[in-house]
Amino acid sequence: MSDFPEYDVIVIGGGHAGTEAALAAARMGAKTLMITHNIETIGQMSCNPAIGGIGKSHLVKEIDAMGGVMALAADLGGIQFRVLNSRKGPAVRATRAQADRVLYKAAIRKQVENQENLKIFQQAVDDLLIEQDCIRGVVTQSGLTFKAKSVVLTTGTFLGGKIHIGHDQYAAGRAGDPPATTLAQRLRELKLRVGRLKTGTPPRIDGRTINYSQLEAQPGDEPTPVFSFLGNAELHPEQVNCFITYTNENTHDIIRADLKSSPMYNGNIDSTGPRYCPSIEDKITRFAERRQHQIFIEPEGLNTHEVYPNGISTSLPFATQQKFVQSVKGFENAHITRPGYAIEYDYFDPRDLQPSLETKAITGLFFAGQINGTTGYEEAAAQGLVAGINAVRRVQQKQAWHPRRDQAYIGVMIDDLVTRGTLEPYRMFTSRAEFRLLLRQDNADLRLSETAYELGCLSAKQWQLFCDKREALEVQKQRLQTSFVQPGDVNEKREEEILGSKLKHEYSMYELLRRPEVNFENLQTFCKQDLSDIPTDVSEQLEIQAKYAGYIERQNAEVEQLALQEEVKLPKDINYANISGLSNEAKQKLIEIQPLTIGQAARISGITPSAISLLLVHLKSRTTRKSA
Amino acid sequence: MPSSSSQQQCICALATPPGRGALAIVRVSGKHALLLAEKITKCSLLARQAKFTSFYSSENLIIDQGLAIYFRAPASFTGEDVVEFHCHGNPLLADALLKTLCSYGARLASPGEFSLRAFLNNKIDLTQAEAIADLINASTEQGIRSATSSLQGAFSKRVTDVLAQLVQVRMHIEAHLDFPDEEIDRKQDQQIDLSLQGLANTLKELLLQAKLGERLQTGATIAIAGKPNAGKSSLLNVLALSDVAIVTEIPGTTRDPLTVDIEIKGIPVCLIDTAGLRNTQDIIEVEGIARAQQALQSADLILWLSDIANETTENIPQELDGNKIIHVQNKIDLQKEDIHYKSNKLYISAKTQQGIDSLLEHISKRLSGNDAVQEHGDTPFLARSRHIVSLQQALDKIYSSQTHISDTHKLELAAEDLRLAQQMLSEITGEFTADDLLGKIFSEFCIGK
Repeated sequence: MSDFPEYDVIVIGGGHAGTEAALAAARMGAKTLMITHNIETIGQMSCNPAIGGIGKSHLVKEIDAMGGVMALAADLGGIQFRVLNSRKGPAVRATRAQADRVLYKAAIRKQVENQENLKIFQQAVDDLLIEQDCIRGVVTQSGLTFKAKSVVLTTGTFLGGKIHIGHDQYAAGRAGDPPATTLAQRLRELKLRVGRLKTGTPPRIDGRTINYSQLEAQPGDEPTPVFSFLGNAELHPEQVNCFITYTNENTHDIIRADLKSSPMYNGNIDSTGPRYCPSIEDKITRFAERRQHQIFIEPEGLNTHEVYPNGISTSLPFATQQKFVQSVKGFENAHITRPGYAIEYDYFDPRDLQPSLETKAITGLFFAGQINGTTGYEEAAAQGLVAGINAVRRVQQKQAWHPRRDQAYIGVMIDDLVTRGTLEPYRMFTSRAEFRLLLRQDNADLRLSETAYELGCLSAKQWQLFCDKREALEVQKQRLQTSFVQPGDVNEKREEEILGSKLKHEYSMYELLRRPEVNFENLQTFCKQDLSDIPTDVSEQLEIQAKYAGYIERQNAEVEQLALQEEVKLPKDINYANISGLSNEAKQKLIEIQPLTIGQAARISGITPSAISLLLVHLKSRTTRKSA
Repeated sequence: MPSSSSQQQCICALATPPGRGALAIVRVSGKHALLLAEKITKCSLLARQAKFTSFYSSENLIIDQGLAIYFRAPASFTGEDVVEFHCHGNPLLADALLKTLCSYGARLASPGEFSLRAFLNNKIDLTQAEAIADLINASTEQGIRSATSSLQGAFSKRVTDVLAQLVQVRMHIEAHLDFPDEEIDRKQDQQIDLSLQGLANTLKELLLQAKLGERLQTGATIAIAGKPNAGKSSLLNVLALSDVAIVTEIPGTTRDPLTVDIEIKGIPVCLIDTAGLRNTQDIIEVEGIARAQQALQSADLILWLSDIANETTENIPQELDGNKIIHVQNKIDLQKEDIHYKSNKLYISAKTQQGIDSLLEHISKRLSGNDAVQEHGDTPFLARSRHIVSLQQALDKIYSSQTHISDTHKLELAAEDLRLAQQMLSEITGEFTADDLLGKIFSEFCIGK
């Protein structure tokens, strides 16, 4: 018997996945409960204090475009902002914010506490109520039962978490928090494939013991970039610098001498860590010829001296950590406030998920975040958003929603996970997106906000702002297309200065904007109308659309072809073993992954075009036979 | 299931058997078939009316004159919009038409694809489903065989090498885009320009090689090889129906490879007589043998000729691909004793012309593939056209990337071009994923803070 009213959606966990899941569900009007083992850690950044970066900021902007909270929290908590790749093209441009942990967490907590339809409860969850492969609710540590139609599990590294420092190991969810051992055991009883992954953190340092005068400062960009489509630079707190220093040969000697104590090298850990985030032990071993490695010193906040030396994640014994840290320039007298460590944790093979992030085995049970083998706050938050939306759609008995690969980085990530699985903690990179030129951070709202509104997870205010921007784009585009310049209209010298030659015939402003040497500033030279009233986000968008038109059209054509394949659904009861002509490898993979559409099947590695043709023939024969 | 395939990209193929004939029919099917046809004919076509017209290439040259017939969806073979071009039965013309269609956005059809679309659009009866599945399978095997036979040894290796270089360039560019804050060794970046130029040059060479001076496009190359004095030149004369080559009793008479264009059962063939392979000190003959070996590498088929009397003493050079060799025993007219015929060999006499007919029969079978596939499938010619199209498109993308590479603002466009170039080449060599590329980046550069 439950002592509490039944909820539509219960979200277990209050991290980046959990908060976006709970907020999205509540925005959509579902009666939502977030259960966390500790309310104080809602919105906690467990690893480095930064949001965004290449590929990741694309995810943040997409979450934002769908009404999520991450971008706004970054604007409220960000103490150093940069645009990465600012001198490269718009598709790979990315925003990154160094965040004050306390301010960021407070911004998230405020949002969670003030969200209509959302309640919070503090207690560890020990068990899931499952009847006939259908989720019914959860049971907490003290035996309280909460019922719900959908449950979203966002347990991060807490499932079977084990921390390693040198030869020592102990069970933990992250430093200072207990792991979720009972729940982990319970989940291992379900029909889901489990694996182990590891990740690591560097030791934290007391900033008062660092000699900054010896270090290279890295200030934020001016003017300060803004994350959220709803945000502005006024929201930002005081801005500070990051710093850069380097390891040296001495550092490497110290580490090398004690490698046998590193759990990665003495065999205590054999789970897989991320290739793109190696420990310092890994770096000096794999790139032995390098004489130094960069360390980014990231401030943890405005009201703390603690800093995060990014680049030296380690699980060496504490004494060795102390010794090698103090061998680094500027760190001679450094005091370590928290030791670095490696953590191993359970993850579930994401190929056992639907693209809605619902488990294939248990109806109504959704997984989001590190539990699915990803790493990073942004990756977690994006999954939380999708899981939260679909948890509600399940309750509403509506069809699940997920973006396609050509619509969002979120779509790329989810498709990669459920179709190909992952052997290392999965992180987003722009090179994973074949439609990179379409999926820019500047157009995340144009790609997703309308859908978000239809799904019911966008506020009326954000919808209005979006509609205004979209309309402005249309109006200004028309204006540029219908405003012309004739040869002789403009001072010839100026014309040649900009274009390299004289105008030969009439051009519209939009046509001129397509030329590589023309930008919005010098376009005014040719235009009789005053263009200065066009807002920057609109002019930026118009310029990109004009300049990239050829490439965008080509990618759109490719998208159109692929979209057709996505429309052809593969029914659940299809018996791949009986399809004549399919190779055994193809049969095995199709049975294992159970793709939802022909498009997804085609992306499974080893599935050839002729296998797809055979599937189409089989599908067609099935439907024809049935209707006959 | 919705018959969504009517929205599909245009596919095109030769609908008549390959080789020379009175007519050749090139067919294009898909959403934009009519649009492509009107570009080629420069006139408007009415459904179900044959129109006599010129066919224009993308460079605006007249390829041929013939009939164009438009079948409006769904009243067509595939159920999509279909246009047929009836041109003169010269493989060169059909090939030019196909190339033009491809340059306008169609692609060469996969084996069985026309039938597949017909089936998906309810144009073919359900009872034929099995047959179509079989066809897809059979033609896949055939396609693989043809693809390998058209891309033998050294050639295929070079495509793989080009791909490896391309991956190397992409690795540097993608590392630039995804990891701007990392300390990546940028020294090699200056090499990127050079590497791209190198890639373009190699691809150009490969294309030339694939086309073999236009000759291969029109047909197959068959080399006659063997030890000196096996009767190679005699066989050439017999097949060419004239005394093209000098024939003497003296071993080593033929020096330069001698070529002659002939037709075998309607298939145009370039026949090459090569110098006999042996160890020799004669400078001219050594050079002749080197050229012979080159010719053997690039030939589609090799007639390995041996004197039936000396058969046992022969070794066929190991570097030759066994799959394209036809073993021919010559001089059976001189054989006094009974011959122990073996099924994997052919027996002829170039002198009395005994066995020549069955040799021609055998060659034509080998060139056009088996009968079941011939109708819809991949012949060696088609497989090769497919590769030529892929190589050409890859080359065009590399050129395009070169125009962007120096401007960091456009690095992502260069990256897109190179991604597409790789996609084209992967159609020849196989799959390569984004994760494979990331793997290269992480193994090469120390990434990660």
